[in-house]
Amino acid sequence: MTEQTETKKDTVTVTVDGKTFEAAPGELVIAAAERHGIYIPRFCWHPRMKPVGMCRMCLVEIEGVRGLPPACTTPVAEGMVVDTRTPVVKKAQDGVLEFLLINHPLDCPVCDRGGECPLQDQTFSFGPGESRFVEEKRHFEKPIAISELVALDRERCIQCARCTRFADEVAGDPLISFVDRGDHTQVLTFPDDPFTSYFSGNTVQICPVGALTASPYRFKARPWDLDQVESTCSTCAVGCRVNLQSSQNDLVRMLGVDSEPVNHSWLCDKGRFGYQAVEHDGRVTHPLVRKGDELIEASWSEAYAAAAKGLADVRDLHGAGAIAFLGGARGTNEDAYAWAKLAKGVLATDSVDCQLDDGLPAAAVLGLPRATIDDACRAKAVLLLGPDLKEELPVLYLRLREAVVDGGVAVVELGPQSTGMTRHAKTTLLYRPGEAVEVARALTSGRDPMPDAGGVRGEELAAAAGILGRAGEGVVVVLGRPSVAESGRTVAEAAAVIAAAWPQARFLPALRRGNVMGALDMGLAPGVLPGRVGLDAGREWFSQEWGVLPEEPGLDAAGIVGAAAEGRVQALVLLGADPINDFPDRTLARRALAGAGFVVAVDTFLTDSSREADVVLPAAMYGEKAGTTTNIEGRVTRVNQKVTAPGTVRSDWIIAAELAQRLGGDLGFDSTAAVWAEIARLAPSHVGLTADVLGRRENRDGVVAPYEGEGPPRHEAPVEQIEAAAAVHQGETLPSEAVAGAPEHAAVDEPSDDDDPAGAGRPPLLTFAVGDAGSTAAPPAVDAYALRLVAGRRLYDNGVTVRHSAHLAGLAPSPRLRANPYDLDRLGLGTGDRVRVTSSRTTLTLEVAADTGIPRGSVALPFNLPGEGAADLIDGTQPVTDLRVETTN
Amino acid sequence: MARLTQENVERAREIISRYPASRSALLPLLYLAQEQDGWIDDSAMEHIGDLLDLTPAQVLGTCSFYTMFKRQPVGRHLVSVCTNIACLLNGGYELLEHAEARLGVVVDETTPDGEFTLEEVECLADCDRAPCLQVNYRFFGNVTHDDFDRLVDDLRAGRLAETVPAHGVLNREQPPPVSVRRADAPHGAGD
Repeated sequence: MTEQTETKKDTVTVTVDGKTFEAAPGELVIAAAERHGIYIPRFCWHPRMKPVGMCRMCLVEIEGVRGLPPACTTPVAEGMVVDTRTPVVKKAQDGVLEFLLINHPLDCPVCDRGGECPLQDQTFSFGPGESRFVEEKRHFEKPIAISELVALDRERCIQCARCTRFADEVAGDPLISFVDRGDHTQVLTFPDDPFTSYFSGNTVQICPVGALTASPYRFKARPWDLDQVESTCSTCAVGCRVNLQSSQNDLVRMLGVDSEPVNHSWLCDKGRFGYQAVEHDGRVTHPLVRKGDELIEASWSEAYAAAAKGLADVRDLHGAGAIAFLGGARGTNEDAYAWAKLAKGVLATDSVDCQLDDGLPAAAVLGLPRATIDDACRAKAVLLLGPDLKEELPVLYLRLREAVVDGGVAVVELGPQSTGMTRHAKTTLLYRPGEAVEVARALTSGRDPMPDAGGVRGEELAAAAGILGRAGEGVVVVLGRPSVAESGRTVAEAAAVIAAAWPQARFLPALRRGNVMGALDMGLAPGVLPGRVGLDAGREWFSQEWGVLPEEPGLDAAGIVGAAAEGRVQALVLLGADPINDFPDRTLARRALAGAGFVVAVDTFLTDSSREADVVLPAAMYGEKAGTTTNIEGRVTRVNQKVTAPGTVRSDWIIAAELAQRLGGDLGFDSTAAVWAEIARLAPSHVGLTADVLGRRENRDGVVAPYEGEGPPRHEAPVEQIEAAAAVHQGETLPSEAVAGAPEHAAVDEPSDDDDPAGAGRPPLLTFAVGDAGSTAAPPAVDAYALRLVAGRRLYDNGVTVRHSAHLAGLAPSPRLRANPYDLDRLGLGTGDRVRVTSSRTTLTLEVAADTGIPRGSVALPFNLPGEGAADLIDGTQPVTDLRVETTN
Repeated sequence: MARLTQENVERAREIISRYPASRSALLPLLYLAQEQDGWIDDSAMEHIGDLLDLTPAQVLGTCSFYTMFKRQPVGRHLVSVCTNIACLLNGGYELLEHAEARLGVVVDETTPDGEFTLEEVECLADCDRAPCLQVNYRFFGNVTHDDFDRLVDDLRAGRLAETVPAHGVLNREQPPPVSVRRADAPHGAGD
């Protein structure tokens, strides 16, 4: 059969049930038939996993072939004639289903799957209707919790191995396995080793019976009562497509939708179950206004008036520059645009930052030539300079893991600690925090022999350089913030060094907050305006429409927090931001909230920060509002509303528009559609990307900005076209102006060429080059007696989503200080010992653990876990944080 | 508790080095663990997983597939009585019931003194001498109830120590060849 498929033709002609069509050589009969409307029943086969032929449900007749081969393991061949409905096939299907049902309890009335169950459906469509089996069925304890999130009913299981294959092949977490044999076969975890995969919820979605059920959804709804819309998950910035399902106006479930360029139907458990936060009882449902020490419930008009008066007073007394906005990376693009227009176009302040100094400078993210996820997965080599993808962008980790395991893509990892990708990387270069630039310079230097740099040995650098090549051809750099205890500017500068040395390399930003990329695109960062243009470059274009604009570049998050702590920023608007927990330096964040005279919080919950506000404006959450969102690639997709928000909660863009009115401005829109229409008309990277274009069937996976007009979708574009598009971003840049306290002033491009597609003065898109990150300082001096802090994030942390999701809240680990065993030995310490950890900020008592994934001289402590931790230790005014570690006695 | 001893870890590393893919050493390492303790407990599976870069669940999956890997403690003598069709027709079930009565245990139990574990097995391929049984995988055919009682006494008294090594040392001690074959007496493997 294999030989037959190796024909010279590009396609083979097959006939299924009398229908003749062309199929790709190597395509499986079951998939080819389905594409042409012929459904062959199956349980074990899943289009995103390798076939195994375990359930025997897809047996078909093939002319000239003896017996009944399974359609899921048989590739098509030239001239193949397949029959899926003959009496012989029917008899086989009857037999297989009768077998599968022998031990199945048929407890459909009390099963979550009842009503949407492939076993139930296919028994009706293809089954015998009767069983001859009268003996006792096998019995197991039902159900057992194989993790906090997944329950297993072994009586219902038909041993299709979808879950075990997913855990092994797709997630790489083979924590469930077939145990025992023959009619005793069951799926189980190892005793006391639960199925703690971040992707466990996918097994529930792909289980073709009710054997695996999700604890958060168990008995919450009947499938026929569910109402659903397709939307985009905005838990992190990967932007997985989902079906959002509700029952009685409560979100009850999220299912992954198979989006070819993005999530391949998979979701992480935080995304899948994080909807619980939306339904949490502790939401802020009415506006609150401070009266003395208390926040008192108020009407919207009182709250708007109070907020507007506070902001106007500061503007009149201290100037617009004394007003700053923090946050806004968790809303829709429309929300972000509205806030950017309020801040920059009405109040005329440029001190706006959607990141909390925990990401990368906007200029780097917006100005580097972009790659898509598919580009990264098809790259010759991937250079990973960013966070632990498994912890922060889990589905991107799945995609890259697949690219490595199945596609042989070479990954070179560059970071301050080992990550979930380390076992899949060709090599991992562990550098000393703060010295990424030195490593990047050496890596791209082409020198032979290679010198040591940033704590990485020359031989290791040479090996990595050998994998990556010389010009960056076919290299995709996945770029994010490896540690919040290390300045983002050094990482951005390292990226600029790489971009300068390797002009053909492209970058995939690995920032985490749901719509951080959309917020950056919409101008929620200092020095930029909507549509990826610099403040000065876009001044003329936007001032015609917006009227006023900030005169000078403003402060980034670090600048804002620092200035507020010193009383130079007098009014702070928090857009779903909780700097006390999310800003790297908690000490400084607390001082900032105390130092800002007037604080408005637009939030969904009362957080440590919004509790300190003078006015709290309750905002709608995910699933309660419609609009668009933008993922790490720049892919714009729709998010949809499924439920009605509680109380009098409103969408951000409405709040921004109302505040604008009271501040003497007019945002000029009255619907999300109108906001988007303005974006598609004004924002240079989004011009022409209208609701109509987004709504087209061929764009159901979204459209990647910058929008280049009609043509094939970006991910299907031929390589030359992609490279041509990337080339648009390259070119000369002007050095950024050094502004005190505004180190991330975005670089500005030269005036664009005459062949600008939109012409008519549309400003050029940003580019980013060496020096733009404002960090060319020498690496910080190494203190031989100190250990340097690395603070990455964990998927389950103390963030708003996890904290308010009943089933996720308990999953956050307790913080442990991890260090190289060599350093622990040196200090006379062992795993489990408690130590005193002192930084320039404070002293904490923590438990230590040995970890060979931490280089000597560094210690790792996850950021934003419950309780005291990294944020208390980090000194945000320094490029790195050095710690003294001592025994407690 | 029952992780591999240092000596066995070295043996394990040598075994692993024989295979291009380390996972291929899984079965030999499970044998090694069973040789060490007579059975394979959870910590042994975890240790093997560590050595082979597998999760304990993967080790358990393979280990539990093979019924000759014991996941419960086994007595010095593992008595395996066949009740497959040829033995059944020749009194296999009666022999099993007699064994239960004689040893005072039911199938899959071990005598309190730790001497005998009784199990029921499928065909042992000694059908010409049904009913048959094995003790520590050494064959005994045409076993009458009296033969069984004698066999138990002999094993207990250590009179068969030469031909039936204690459970868990199968690989290390090969039985001597048996030259004389008598219909009514036990005989060793290899005939």
